[in-house]
Amino acid sequence: MASILAVDDSASMRQMVSFTLKGAGYEVIEAADGVEALNIARSKGVNLVITDVNMPNMDGISLIKQLRMLPSYKFTPLLMLTTEASSEKKQQGRAAGATGWIVKPFNPDQLLNTVKKVLG
Amino acid sequence: MSIDMAQFHQVFFEESFEGLDVMESGLLSMDPGEVDDEAINAIFRAAHSIKGGSGTFGFNDVAGFTHVMETLLDEMRDGRRPVTHEAVEVLLRSVDVLREMLTATRDSDAMNEARIQAQQAELEALLAAAAGDVVESAQLDTAVEPETVKINGWHIVFRPHLHMMRTGNDPLRIIRELAGLGELQVEGDVSLLPRFSEFDPEECHLSWDLHLKSAVERSAIEDIFDWVEDDCDLAIMPIHDAVTTEVPPPPVAAPVALAEPAKERRQLQRRVPEDRRTQDRRAGGSTASSSIRVDIAKIDGLINRVGELVITQSMLSMLGEEFHLGQLDRLRDGLAQLDRHTRELQESVMQIRMLPISFTFSRFPRLVHDLSAKLGKKIELKMTGESTEVDKTVIEKIGDPLVHLVRNSLDHGIEMPEQRAAAGKPETGTVQLNAYHKGGNIVIEIKDDGQGLDRERILNKAMERGLVSEGDSLSDRQIHDLIFQPGFSTADQVSDVSGRGVGMDVVRRNINELGGSVEIESEAGQGSAIIIRLPLTLAILDGQTISVGRETYIIPLVSIIESIQVRQEMIRLVAGRGETFRLRDDYLPIIRLHEVFGIENPQASDLADGLLVVVEGEGKRFGILVDDLVGQQQVVIKSLEANYKKVDGVSGATILGDGSVALILDIPGIIRLAAQGAGLGDYRKTA
Amino acid sequence: MTHHEDEGEEYLTFRLGDESYGVDILKVQEIRGWEPVTRIPNAPVFVQGVLNLRGAIVPVFDLRQRLGMPSRGYDKETVVIVVRINESEAEKNIGVVVDAVSDVMRATIDDISKTPDFGARLSTDFMVGVATADDKMIMLLDVNRLQPPEAAGEAAEASVA
Repeated sequence: MASILAVDDSASMRQMVSFTLKGAGYEVIEAADGVEALNIARSKGVNLVITDVNMPNMDGISLIKQLRMLPSYKFTPLLMLTTEASSEKKQQGRAAGATGWIVKPFNPDQLLNTVKKVLG
Repeated sequence: MSIDMAQFHQVFFEESFEGLDVMESGLLSMDPGEVDDEAINAIFRAAHSIKGGSGTFGFNDVAGFTHVMETLLDEMRDGRRPVTHEAVEVLLRSVDVLREMLTATRDSDAMNEARIQAQQAELEALLAAAAGDVVESAQLDTAVEPETVKINGWHIVFRPHLHMMRTGNDPLRIIRELAGLGELQVEGDVSLLPRFSEFDPEECHLSWDLHLKSAVERSAIEDIFDWVEDDCDLAIMPIHDAVTTEVPPPPVAAPVALAEPAKERRQLQRRVPEDRRTQDRRAGGSTASSSIRVDIAKIDGLINRVGELVITQSMLSMLGEEFHLGQLDRLRDGLAQLDRHTRELQESVMQIRMLPISFTFSRFPRLVHDLSAKLGKKIELKMTGESTEVDKTVIEKIGDPLVHLVRNSLDHGIEMPEQRAAAGKPETGTVQLNAYHKGGNIVIEIKDDGQGLDRERILNKAMERGLVSEGDSLSDRQIHDLIFQPGFSTADQVSDVSGRGVGMDVVRRNINELGGSVEIESEAGQGSAIIIRLPLTLAILDGQTISVGRETYIIPLVSIIESIQVRQEMIRLVAGRGETFRLRDDYLPIIRLHEVFGIENPQASDLADGLLVVVEGEGKRFGILVDDLVGQQQVVIKSLEANYKKVDGVSGATILGDGSVALILDIPGIIRLAAQGAGLGDYRKTA
Repeated sequence: MTHHEDEGEEYLTFRLGDESYGVDILKVQEIRGWEPVTRIPNAPVFVQGVLNLRGAIVPVFDLRQRLGMPSRGYDKETVVIVVRINESEAEKNIGVVVDAVSDVMRATIDDISKTPDFGARLSTDFMVGVATADDKMIMLLDVNRLQPPEAAGEAAEASVA
């Protein structure tokens, strides 16, 4: 099954995302910030990256920018977790190369639907 | 599928409370003059996390309230709002309210609605008053155009821009999604494909003409294109009955923006004030939790120790299988090894319960900040040794006594700025909180450079209360000790800050119950220092084993000053104090343990036959008469109350090497029993 | 341990002198022979002391004295019954010294007549009732009432302001 990289500095969010997606049969790798995520992405190919925006060390938007520079991630779906108030963040994300976004707060079903949609 | 989210709640609450601490300490150290970007970002992120998590887990009250805080912080970190002293104070108060909300949510308690709404109003007022952009977070749904004519389908023209795929969006995926809405006819248009030799496969030169036979809302289609709306040319036209609209030829360059940009759909989640009982519950300080976070390194160390122990054990067991006397040396070595490994394991395990004292110290910056403002004094708090590790139970129980002592320093110790200036001191007073390890104990000091203790006033107060008589001469130490007497307070007015002088004796008792001691040093005009000594661990005690008659008892080494052999000439009968013996310059009372405990047939009923163990408890010194000193050892403290009840004069029990039980003496308790007449003051001649 | 409505409950019976007593077997933790205990100072007279029960400190009461009967020397038949009692939602273990253990018997509600009033001879505060078996009268005790009456311990301290 496909592998997903979940990036969020909040452990409870990571756990929830991980649990939801693993339950649907996906392989999930977790990272707590952009730097960790980038290292993981470099060493292991994943099919999808879901990342929060506000994180220490490297935020989500920078992560997306960096990922897009890696040849193997040029077309990989990269999704941002954003809140409804930040249309500006969505713009920045898109400019950085994000595929799309999932609005917080979300429930597990929404997450699964979006992931299914994107991974085909 | 419904997944039970409750399993993640605990982690969420732990994280959120940590986040609140980050916010609070960040706000406290925020200097409106020079804002540190990283600092304010950290505060923002903490709020953001709490908001996101609480929303996900359905704690909408918390999410709504935090959202307002987050908005304020967002503006601050973007530079759209200045970081003012007022804003910091409002945010600090909001952190308090948020802490209460989280505690109430975690414990399924009612929330104080009035307080929450009041605080939120304060936040919102601040937001509204700012020069700058109005927060556009509460946007309503845009009204959908009333469609008076029946629509039975949509004609969609979709032309991705050249680089649309670089965002990881696959046009086919989008089309597939559309097909999920109903019957879809797809016509591809390859007319814009360049020559093969110039063809870049990473660019998208295709476009599609799509007919969707479905009466869905326009918004359903717009949602599908939400992510790519800026990266494509999109036209969505309704198909009415039999009329098919003319498709305008897609312009090559300029993007056609017929589709309305997907507006923010969600409203700011409004907290619906529910009809709850408004109980005023102040979320307490650090509540004792039943879980503990441990450094992985400690666990690894533990695993190693256990491993070594297992090896030693199996070596000994092999030895035991075919043992002969020639192997005695090996047996002895093996036992020595066992001893060492067991001790190391024990130390490792105790380390697990150790936490840095910063957990207790962390509340003081806020406390000093608030209290000095309230008192109108200028006070600076300095803390050292926050990483000093202490047993978890000590951390939980030392908090309240420390708070009381620090409050005292602030209230009665540090003078008003004018007074300090007049005395040639800097206007800002300093309170120091220090923690360090020393001699197998942890020492906590509270020092201030305030006015110190007033000898005269204390003496007078003590005389008023009959604790001290006119002619008594007391050392400084003894006078300072008077502070710890119940009901003793020389404060002229009872300030609501430190309460009515019921504090100090309770403070000392609490510290004693932890197996520790507290002393005061002071110099008038210069300041005071309160020194608390606590054992590193509560489960193990270094004790002196003694015997009286057939009974064996353990006296905590920390209470023992020394042991002496009594000679008749050292004894004196003092009126009103019974038997005393001379120790250097003092005459200390004698307690006959066999009388206090009703032990029959002690070996030594004549003082000269026994030994006197000189002990100190609650600032007083005594000599306890015992038959013999058996030895010193480390003992594991077992509770008497678990199955029985508290016994006066006994603090616990332990199991000796032979399996029998020995009681551990509670020195202050014994002193109290003796004072009640159970063994003090009766000078008995031997039969 | 099951007990059906019609079959009653099981009791461990034991002797104090000529008299037979019983306690609910569900409350019995274990039975041990008598061994020396560590004395507790200034304790009520029926409190013999404490012993080491696999690492826990358990008090031992002389049941005769607890019930107001004269004590008797201990011999090799003397037995300590360790029971589980409930004190304000906490579970505690205590040991009671009896002369000898007899049997496990089953008694239904019918068998248990209301506690006859013995007058001053025996305090009936401890009993839940009396059962009859083989012409013998068995006095059933409520273990929870065997704890010593609450002494005036340290008054609860007001927490530091």
